[in-house]
Amino acid sequence: MQTLFQEKLQVLNVGLSSFAESVARAGGTALQIDWAPPAQGDQTVGRELAQLVNLPAVEAANQKAFDAYLSAQPVLRGIGIAGKVLPNMAERMILHGGPPIAWESMCGPMQGAIIGAILYEGWAKNTAGAWALASGGEVVLEPCHHHAAVGPMAGVISPSMPVWMVVDVTHGNQAFSNFNEGIGRVLRFGANSSDVIDRLKWIGQVLGPALRAGVETLGELDLKTLMAQALHMGDEVHNRNVAASSLFLKRLISSLLKTNTPSAEIAAAVDFIAGNDHFFLNLSMTACKAMLDAAHGVPGSSMVTAMARNGVEFGIRVSGTGDQWFTTRAPVVDGLFFPGYTKEDAAPDLGDSAITETAGVGGFAMAASPAIVKFVGGTPQDAIDNTTAMTYITLGRNGAFTLPAMNFAGAPAGIDVRKVVDTGIQPIINTGIAHREAGIGQIGAGITRAPLACFTQAVSALASTMRGSQ
Amino acid sequence: MARATKILRNFYRDSVSLMQLSSTFAKLPGVEQASAIMASANNISLLTEAGLLGETIEAGANDLLIALQGDDDALAVAMAAAESAVNQNPPPMSGNGPSSAMAPRSIEMGLGNMVGANLALISTPGEYASAEAFKALRLGLNVMLFSDNVELNDEIALKRFAQDHDLIVMGPDCGTAIINGIPLAFANVVRRGEIGVVAASGTGLQQVTCLIDRWGKGISQAIGTGGHDLHRDVGGISMLQGLKSLAADPSTSVIVLVSKPPSPEVAARVLEVAGSAGKPVVVNFLGADPEGIRRQNVFPARTLEDAAAAAVALADGRRPEEGQPERSPVALFPRLVSGQRYLRGLYSGGTFCYEAALLLKKELGQVYSNTPVDPEDRLNNVWTSKGHTVIDLGDDLFTRGRPHPMIDHRLRNERILKEAGDPEVAVILLDVVLGYGSHPDPASEMAPVIEKAKALAEKAGRHLVVVGFVCGTTLDPQNLSNQEAALQNAGMLLAESNAQAVRLAATVVLGPTTVEGMP
Repeated sequence: MQTLFQEKLQVLNVGLSSFAESVARAGGTALQIDWAPPAQGDQTVGRELAQLVNLPAVEAANQKAFDAYLSAQPVLRGIGIAGKVLPNMAERMILHGGPPIAWESMCGPMQGAIIGAILYEGWAKNTAGAWALASGGEVVLEPCHHHAAVGPMAGVISPSMPVWMVVDVTHGNQAFSNFNEGIGRVLRFGANSSDVIDRLKWIGQVLGPALRAGVETLGELDLKTLMAQALHMGDEVHNRNVAASSLFLKRLISSLLKTNTPSAEIAAAVDFIAGNDHFFLNLSMTACKAMLDAAHGVPGSSMVTAMARNGVEFGIRVSGTGDQWFTTRAPVVDGLFFPGYTKEDAAPDLGDSAITETAGVGGFAMAASPAIVKFVGGTPQDAIDNTTAMTYITLGRNGAFTLPAMNFAGAPAGIDVRKVVDTGIQPIINTGIAHREAGIGQIGAGITRAPLACFTQAVSALASTMRGSQ
Repeated sequence: MARATKILRNFYRDSVSLMQLSSTFAKLPGVEQASAIMASANNISLLTEAGLLGETIEAGANDLLIALQGDDDALAVAMAAAESAVNQNPPPMSGNGPSSAMAPRSIEMGLGNMVGANLALISTPGEYASAEAFKALRLGLNVMLFSDNVELNDEIALKRFAQDHDLIVMGPDCGTAIINGIPLAFANVVRRGEIGVVAASGTGLQQVTCLIDRWGKGISQAIGTGGHDLHRDVGGISMLQGLKSLAADPSTSVIVLVSKPPSPEVAARVLEVAGSAGKPVVVNFLGADPEGIRRQNVFPARTLEDAAAAAVALADGRRPEEGQPERSPVALFPRLVSGQRYLRGLYSGGTFCYEAALLLKKELGQVYSNTPVDPEDRLNNVWTSKGHTVIDLGDDLFTRGRPHPMIDHRLRNERILKEAGDPEVAVILLDVVLGYGSHPDPASEMAPVIEKAKALAEKAGRHLVVVGFVCGTTLDPQNLSNQEAALQNAGMLLAESNAQAVRLAATVVLGPTTVEGMP
């Protein structure tokens, strides 16, 4: 404290703002903290948080986790069949988006999608039979995240579906996702009519093999640089993937043409990709999953490695707390609705796609994508403000994902549960909105925020692990 | 009579802002009672007790609750006005850090804007304060903890952590400090100089620093420790740190320590370190035996005034005994009538009240108080004085749901008039505390009431003496000279210090000759 007498006094004022004003009036320097009780006023968690702030063990663990995330190099290696390539995928197993949930608790779109997947697999002849299988517990239902996979919205992956195979070449871990079916009546929004099943079959029989041959010819495709380029072209690679989908097609098309695939099938594949502005979303998500899995499992780390929703609950996973999920009720997204729909029609937040925000893109890179803020009637400045706000709850910036509108600063990445709970600033998520009934599809898009309760639970759990290790 | 409530979710405001809002709402047409509070379980039960809440409230500590009581037809309009008043009051932002898109929401985030920050001044509600203090310490900041109601175990843990990391925790319940010339919280603007102070009492620190300023010297550093620092279990960690850092500080030539008497083992340790400070140390352990303190280079002082006087003398190279400043002459000819025999002290500063009780007990015998020196002197009903009484109106009993008497004079003003109406009262004794955080113009609140009190007594055929002193400096926002002039005009007999004011007041009751022996 002796050094304090030699320095200029600089005060951080927490509480009565008049104290900061009087320091300033007396010629001193003071900064007022816009304080509110942390952890939603939960004093126990507030105290646990205080013991984790700037704790050397946590700082070191975060450095390790964040470095692993930064150094990850996700590349597209190929296309496989879920039942063959996904870790621990059982014969009669269907994966879904978000944290674990029992069949009877699932939201409409997710149940609809599972019924569709059962029909697609041919395990039942009709909807009633599929329903009986699912509700009778004869199909094992597990989160994608438990199998190194992610899926948007309902996130349903069944054993015979083709999946993207992404490898983080730095660390060797793999990640997977299903194919994007486009918009409208699609499985991921719970539709399971014959046209939906027919499209899935076409994806499995035509699109998948065509793209597999193309990717084989290409060798491998570096997804990180493609995403970085798309960020410079107005995408945030979550809710806007126009540029990334176009770049993907541009990289692949020559290889596609060099394969033995019949030209009519190549044409159909190209038409399908060109007609779907969200085609790249599943690849973006898979790349993000690969980068974050590299950071997962570092004891003591407070870095979030997954945020995911199942239409009922919102859940997060944290590097230092293993496979535990911290969940709370999923919020209903407020946003811009397609004509004829309102917030009343919306399902609560759904899908694994918040993995993009977890990895520093999506809502976190909103400054790259001013077009996105129109979903909430905002301005380009709002997009920059949203990205700036995320810098206060993250461990650092990802220099690979630069943001032109912010003087090419890296996107904020590595959500720190401590900072979220301490500041009350909630991670921002750009997302589509599903109708709460199965099969109607997307009814809007908007911006939502991860609920604080997940983060306060995580702080408490991390504090327990730190107490245990001391 | 009707009631209305409104909950604003996630709308945290600090307690001072809430008090301002409550008083604004109470002035709305048709409103009898009003409150704006954070809806913690505790606050809700307080409001229910106060009769402001009828129904159950579903709200939490981060939700702002407005409760109004008044005329049925006026309430809807009043509530709308209240709500718009709340929305007009965004949390103020001040500071010289680089601008950011968002005001900092945590200490860590604040450090991003103010990289060179070296002290966190924490005044949150007590239940959150120790967590904030821990964060600040873990981030390498010294801490001034203004908040009270912090558990002793937390205080010990905080202070030990700080000590291990070469940081200091001033507080909890530290009302004032002056670091590098900058007044913090409830502090006065004193000139800089060579005298360093470490005090466990906020008003004690203010009195000593203001008198030093008044007598022409200045302050190098004034470090508050909070009232529990010299508790046996805390061990005087902050006082020892403060003492050692002032001993090592080349800008400090004299050190003053102020506290209630510490536990014997803590006192021994503090005095041992004081004796080896290498510079003179004046020690005022309020009420302690001076002979237990006296040693080479350590000078006991019996009152805050004596401590300031001794420090000024030592800074001039004189022995304290030779250097007592000129006392204001006791020249009183009060026209007391028979039956006027009691003294009533109405204090806003707790240490002043305690010092008065100590000094008066020797001269007047039993002196009742809500913060008595001896348990047998406890005033059971604090709302009614008996015999000689000195009251600390800053006591929790009086401040629950109401601003401190240094900010809000209403309660004391009512009490002054009540005492003036008592035919047995001869003299009313008052303190006036200036500085940042205090009322912007206390004399404007007090002068009319003093005049009214004296007139009231006069009308009843009595002469009421009002004695007081102003703790402040000419550099304070309220300006010491202006305040003294206004109070004197209203008929207050002015002393320079609490000890002098107490002597004056005792003179009124006893007659001039019997108080010679008082310090």
